[in-house]
Amino acid sequence: MGLELYLDLLSQPCRAVYIFAKRNGIPFELRPVELLKGQHHSDAFAQVNPLKKVPALKDGDFTLAESVAILLYLSRKYEVPDHWYPQDLQARARVDEYLAWQHTTLRSSCTRAMWQKMMSPVFLGEQVPAETLVSTLAELDRCLQLLEDKFLKDQDFLAGPHISVADLVAITELMHPVSAGCQIFKSRPKLAAWRQRVEAEVGKDLFQEAHAVVLKAKDLPPADTSIKEKLKPSVQVLLR
Amino acid sequence: MGLELYLDLLSASCRAVYIFAKKNSIPFDFQFVDLLKGHHHSKEYIEINPLKKLPSLKDGRFILSESVAILFYLCRKYSTPSHWYPPDLHTRARVDEFMAWQHTAIQLPMSRILWIKMLIPRITGEEVPAEKTEQMLTEVRTNMQLFEEKFLQDKMFITGDHISLADLVALVEMMQPMGGNYNVFLNSSRLAEWRMRVELAIGSGLFWEAHDRLMKLAEWDCSTLDPMVKEKICELLQKFR
Repeated sequence: MGLELYLDLLSQPCRAVYIFAKRNGIPFELRPVELLKGQHHSDAFAQVNPLKKVPALKDGDFTLAESVAILLYLSRKYEVPDHWYPQDLQARARVDEYLAWQHTTLRSSCTRAMWQKMMSPVFLGEQVPAETLVSTLAELDRCLQLLEDKFLKDQDFLAGPHISVADLVAITELMHPVSAGCQIFKSRPKLAAWRQRVEAEVGKDLFQEAHAVVLKAKDLPPADTSIKEKLKPSVQVLLR
Repeated sequence: MGLELYLDLLSASCRAVYIFAKKNSIPFDFQFVDLLKGHHHSKEYIEINPLKKLPSLKDGRFILSESVAILFYLCRKYSTPSHWYPPDLHTRARVDEFMAWQHTAIQLPMSRILWIKMLIPRITGEEVPAEKTEQMLTEVRTNMQLFEEKFLQDKMFITGDHISLADLVALVEMMQPMGGNYNVFLNSSRLAEWRMRVELAIGSGLFWEAHDRLMKLAEWDCSTLDPMVKEKICELLQKFR
């Protein structure tokens, strides 16, 4: 059995791993894990990832969680072009810096913005208090400003002149609030231009393919009661 | 000007970097940025790190933030012993996996315990609602269990027989609640033993030197707290309501 990637393209980190593997011609078996059906809580999946999250990787007997760890593992094992995770000491440090920073900042605000603005009302049938949404969107805005001012600056990509895994992780995050109707690129020409560059490097078709699921999320039928009950505990934290 | 590290050892991420540099005899200038006085918001420090967070590294003109990135940078630049970040594909992936997971699963909750149990009541004079405290402690217990069952298991250290960056980062973060007299190691002898092993691998002298400021936090006179920092903390309390 070759490389298996356990993914739900609804999830931002899954999209980053998917795009990276496809773009680099890394052969893998896609093992779908449907988050909205609570499949990540199954006993079978816990064997692959006891942390019960996607993405997860299985390579023979070796299992691995955490998208950042998976991206670095794939980079090394498949000896992808250097720019994805550069050998140069300082260039690599810039990628590491972004990958570390984003967990508690952009990742958090993008997930919450998308769930509070769209998934909760559309899928769970629950409106989030207006002031909570306002506060989340303000936090998203602050993160986007930091993304522009501290990471992107006047460079073509987040860690320098070439695309790296940092850009994949970032762009897939930003598409989350986009899928909820947040016009984050409209008022930010610098970010919009960076997005174009990233899409061009990834390939428009692959980018669209990776984002098809999340961009259709707004058209999801409302969840039935049993699903709501199943998902509620893990989703509560996203609605604050 | 050689390597400069901008630190306040009250912060777990700073302790990880400090201990690593000292343990590996990496020469550096310790630039103290006093969190309790709000110096991370000063104009001077914002020029170093616009994110206003600690730690930061300055190596000539190169400035780097994020402790995980700094640790990897120091490993590579100073060619530290390979057990810290093993070159084997799978073993290295285990370290990466923990370093990614810990941001939200360990660091944040551990830091919150200190805020909830000690800093917020001390500074604002108000307790955080019991329900929120319980919620927080449950989250911590769940994650400590995951740490034990998935990352540590029956091994001596996270990657096996030797200490790595993962153990260092894990331990300094789990020490954070000690500043508020809350000991997360009480419930598991396996974790308590691991804690001791990591301390010994680092060297008890260096370990407790790095944790001195944290352990003395209870003695801190919070009337010296910068008013701007105090305001932010009161805002934080609102979030818990």
